[in-house]
Amino acid sequence: MTQTTDTAPEGATMTGRSGTDATDEGSGGRRAAGRRHGPAAGRTRSWRDSPLRRITPWLFLAAPLALLITFTCVPVASMISYSFTDWDGVSPDRENVGFDNYVRIFTRPELFRVFFVSGYYLAASVVQIVVALYFAVILSFNLRFRNFFKGILFFPYLINGVAIGFVFLYFFQDGGTLDSVLSLLGVSTDHAWLGDPTSANVSLAGVSVWRFTGLNFVLFLGAIQSVPGELYEAAELDGAGKWKQFRHIIAPSIKPVISLSAILAISGSLSVFEIPYIMTGGATGTQTFVIQTIKLAFQFNKTGLASAAAVVLLLIILLITWIQRRLVPDDKVDLV
Amino acid sequence: MTSPDLTTATVKASRTPRRRLPVGSALTYLSLLVASAAVLIPLAVVFLTSLKTSEEVGDGSALSLPGNWLHFDNYVTAFNDGKMLMAFGNTAFILVFSIGGTVIIGSMTAYAVDRFDFRGKKLVMAGFLIATLVPGVTTQVATFQVINGFGLVDTRWAPILLYMGTDIVSVSIFLQFIRGIPVSLDEAARLDGANAFTIYRKIIFPLLKPAIATVVIIKGITTYNDFYLPFLYLHSEDLGTISTALFRFKGPFGAHWEAISAGAILVIVPTLVVFLLLQRWIYNGFARGATK
Repeated sequence: MTQTTDTAPEGATMTGRSGTDATDEGSGGRRAAGRRHGPAAGRTRSWRDSPLRRITPWLFLAAPLALLITFTCVPVASMISYSFTDWDGVSPDRENVGFDNYVRIFTRPELFRVFFVSGYYLAASVVQIVVALYFAVILSFNLRFRNFFKGILFFPYLINGVAIGFVFLYFFQDGGTLDSVLSLLGVSTDHAWLGDPTSANVSLAGVSVWRFTGLNFVLFLGAIQSVPGELYEAAELDGAGKWKQFRHIIAPSIKPVISLSAILAISGSLSVFEIPYIMTGGATGTQTFVIQTIKLAFQFNKTGLASAAAVVLLLIILLITWIQRRLVPDDKVDLV
Repeated sequence: MTSPDLTTATVKASRTPRRRLPVGSALTYLSLLVASAAVLIPLAVVFLTSLKTSEEVGDGSALSLPGNWLHFDNYVTAFNDGKMLMAFGNTAFILVFSIGGTVIIGSMTAYAVDRFDFRGKKLVMAGFLIATLVPGVTTQVATFQVINGFGLVDTRWAPILLYMGTDIVSVSIFLQFIRGIPVSLDEAARLDGANAFTIYRKIIFPLLKPAIATVVIIKGITTYNDFYLPFLYLHSEDLGTISTALFRFKGPFGAHWEAISAGAILVIVPTLVVFLLLQRWIYNGFARGATK
């Protein structure tokens, strides 16, 4: 709120009276900031009803709405319409093929297989949430070098995905970082980490744990630290041990954040693209849903089929989000 | 519990809100060290590799140290042959416009939604909310046709427009913040004849500074790191951003890990610097961004 008083003089340049007015309100403004429907209503009746007032919000919303419609609504609508055609993305004519594209996605095994790859990433996100939770809990205590560890754990999340891809290509390379570290620990192996589908998918999912744990960790840590410290003391006085404190104080306070992370994890594991595309290009059974869709659309010019795939993914994600909203009524989404 | 224990506990608590971890912390520190090693070793090895000659990379172990710690040839190679200067230029261009656009568009949206009652407001908000649920990766199949229709494929405006597009995260950060600005400020100005646009520009926008800083940081880092949109829309080599320029290392540099490593480090260093300088903002920003 200091900003309010700082900048109030700027308002003051308009006229003297408003200046003092603004400053007064600014210093006592915290109270007024809460809700503001009531008091002004009478005074501004005439302004409220003027036609200018009615179009003003639309003037402010013109650019955002134009972008929203052009780059979200139109694409979604046209994607749905493409999905019922055999369009190649270039030629002027296209034929209506009904639900053929959808039938193909769910019946052709090579198209359907990508859903199983998501399983690896889903498992990885469980690991990720557990690891993040563990470190968030221990770093909520007063440890030495706490900020240092916090920084290290979070930093991977900020690194460029292509750089991460290269770092881990070298990591999993034959004689690369992983092999060297293992031989240092006395394990010698010449396993080709990215050589067979299972190992490659596990490795890639491991990279995603490395990359995204930090975000979950910071979210959890923030939630834990928002619990007032007195609660822990009271619990301690009552003789509650660390585990009981976790179970009855920490766990309930971070439930909404965990539910959010779970949703992000599910939709995230369905739409994995960067890491596998950069590292393996989707080879050796690491093709994900998005890589496949992109290849269908931009390499094989099967815009119709790719659109159908994209619609399927969109529906799955909307369904998951809907389920989450039903299970955990989220009071944080208070946009309206 | 004895009384001295109690008093130290309360004294400590009044000074710092957090508690101290009791005994058994050796294991805790051990787990932290293991995690730190897991994070740092892959990065450190790539850094070491970037300082080696190609013979050293070929012969020695991945963990061996470079013979000459000041061997920067790989960086020169990566910077020149990888067209990194151009890439940083393109990325900067895209960053400036997409961040500027996001800040203006996001704050205007938040202002309109919070300060006005109008018919269709719920519809507009529902529209923005649904837009967040639509994963951008999937709709690109059709978005590409829209961008193509505007003739913007292979221009830097394609990613700029898409980044600016409905960024609900920044809208909600602005919205949260704008709610805390007293409406009496608006009203006082209005009584003096200021119109809605003047109020937005002279009162609201300047007061939004902390929110703007948050949006600039989050948007800046995500845009800097984005690979997908430049990859889809910027095909010519001259329009490479740092992500796509680095991705192109895969071909010509083949197995030249020393050059690839140098390229990766060149891309990571700016992020590291920004992170070290703006830690607090970054944690808060991303935490707030993700919970929306």
